[in-house]
Amino acid sequence: MPTFDLSISSLRELNTALHQVEEGNNDIHFDILNPRGHHAVAVGIAAHLTVDIKGSVGYYCAGMNDGADIVIHGSAGPGVAENIMSGTVVVEGDASQYAGATGHGGLLVIRGNASSRCGISMKGLDIVVQGNIGHMSAFMAQAGNLVVLGNAGDALGDSIYEAHLFVRGQVKSLGSDCIEKEMRPEHHDIVANLLRRAGISGVDTAEFRRYGSARKLYNFHVDNADAY
Amino acid sequence: MCGIVGLFLKDRRLDSSLGSLLSDMLVTMSDRGPDSAGIAVYGKPTLGQIKVTVQSPQAEQDLRSLAGDLEKAGLKSSVEIKNTHAVIDTTADLAMVRVFLASRYPQVRIMSAGESIEIYKEIGLPKSVVDRFGIRQVSGTHGIGHTRMATESAVTTLGAHPFSTGLDQCLVHNGSLSNHNNLRRELVGEGIAFETENDTEVAAAYLTAEMAKGKNLREALAGALDDLDGFFTFVVGTKSGFGVLRDPIACKPAIMAETDSYVAFGSEYRVLVGLPDIERARVWEPEPATVYFWDHAAAA
Repeated sequence: MPTFDLSISSLRELNTALHQVEEGNNDIHFDILNPRGHHAVAVGIAAHLTVDIKGSVGYYCAGMNDGADIVIHGSAGPGVAENIMSGTVVVEGDASQYAGATGHGGLLVIRGNASSRCGISMKGLDIVVQGNIGHMSAFMAQAGNLVVLGNAGDALGDSIYEAHLFVRGQVKSLGSDCIEKEMRPEHHDIVANLLRRAGISGVDTAEFRRYGSARKLYNFHVDNADAY
Repeated sequence: MCGIVGLFLKDRRLDSSLGSLLSDMLVTMSDRGPDSAGIAVYGKPTLGQIKVTVQSPQAEQDLRSLAGDLEKAGLKSSVEIKNTHAVIDTTADLAMVRVFLASRYPQVRIMSAGESIEIYKEIGLPKSVVDRFGIRQVSGTHGIGHTRMATESAVTTLGAHPFSTGLDQCLVHNGSLSNHNNLRRELVGEGIAFETENDTEVAAAYLTAEMAKGKNLREALAGALDDLDGFFTFVVGTKSGFGVLRDPIACKPAIMAETDSYVAFGSEYRVLVGLPDIERARVWEPEPATVYFWDHAAAA
């Protein structure tokens, strides 16, 4: 059970140890103390570790995660779990801008609020936010699911591709080519499954509305050829 | 990139720690801006006195005779030399002091003027800037600091922030304005003089000009949302106050912490971790296009 105290050890020592875990050695749990807003904590993990970060972190925490289960017992700065490939990242507090940016897979759970640009360019990861999300969230979101129990800010899903957005609260405004869509049984299943995986109970999927692409912006139409 | 730090003390018992708290916060931001750094501190005003902070590349030689010359010109002052800067404490009329400096000491640049404010800024790493001006020993009620990564204009002493374009007013900026040349032309037309090509100097002058027309700082900042094009997080200092404004897109980071004893600002959370009682502070990100303002006078 390695413990790293970032007030004593360097960030490099920590991340090196996290990267040196052998494949197949799934039994390792790391505790990280005193992160005190450090950037790039627990980035680039490529093994099925579990990591507990005891405090708030700076930018890009758990970036490029591929397989680890990481819990941040505090809040996270911009870019938490950016480019995540697989695994789970849980933020007990709030997350700053562009949480989960360009993530390809895995699950990001934010128990507090997320700031602007949550899920920007997401490519397959699932994000569950128990609080609110800020403006320009899911900008150019290509694939994956974003489930928000609170409200969404301005310009939700601007230029969105095929990601699914589910919001339970109010959406301040929708972005370009993002429209409300019908919640069909398969969508209720997606939301139910994600709520369960995020450890959230007592929430009815019927309370969510679905938003997605009108598909007029990212599909070429010959009538618009003159515009190019 | 640039890094901004700010501290507005509510508890007067912390005044003697202002300099050391701000210094630690500023040095933490060195990664965001290694070119130059600057700090504005608001200390206790003395009734009837104005402080003018000036800078000269060879302050020891250039300013040795300053106090005596000011006295001979009938402008009674004391001068404290701090590395490349000096603080002129005077009971004389400020306009006359400016005329005197422009004619007798033209190589000297005025960093700030006002009842409370002192501005120190130089090229170099934040650690060297706080050390050379003894910032850790300074006490005061509020202060703003900035570390610069120059993008729109050259790395020079005058290009560093904070910019002061009015009495006891200063501004620091993380971001970059795109219509600053046009706005500068308009402000020059209104009679305002500029010393640099810097976009932030234009923003500072804009706010000063708007307040000179009768707006208060809150109104001037609200007007900035319409009149300034570009991206910005601004932190503004006035004699008794401290304001924050982010543009509507709000790409440039900003984080704040508030307790019963202080309000603090940082470009990154790690700026705030050394502050007293930070574990129990309310920590939040200021909303885009929203003016935030704290004022000692209002709180009194």
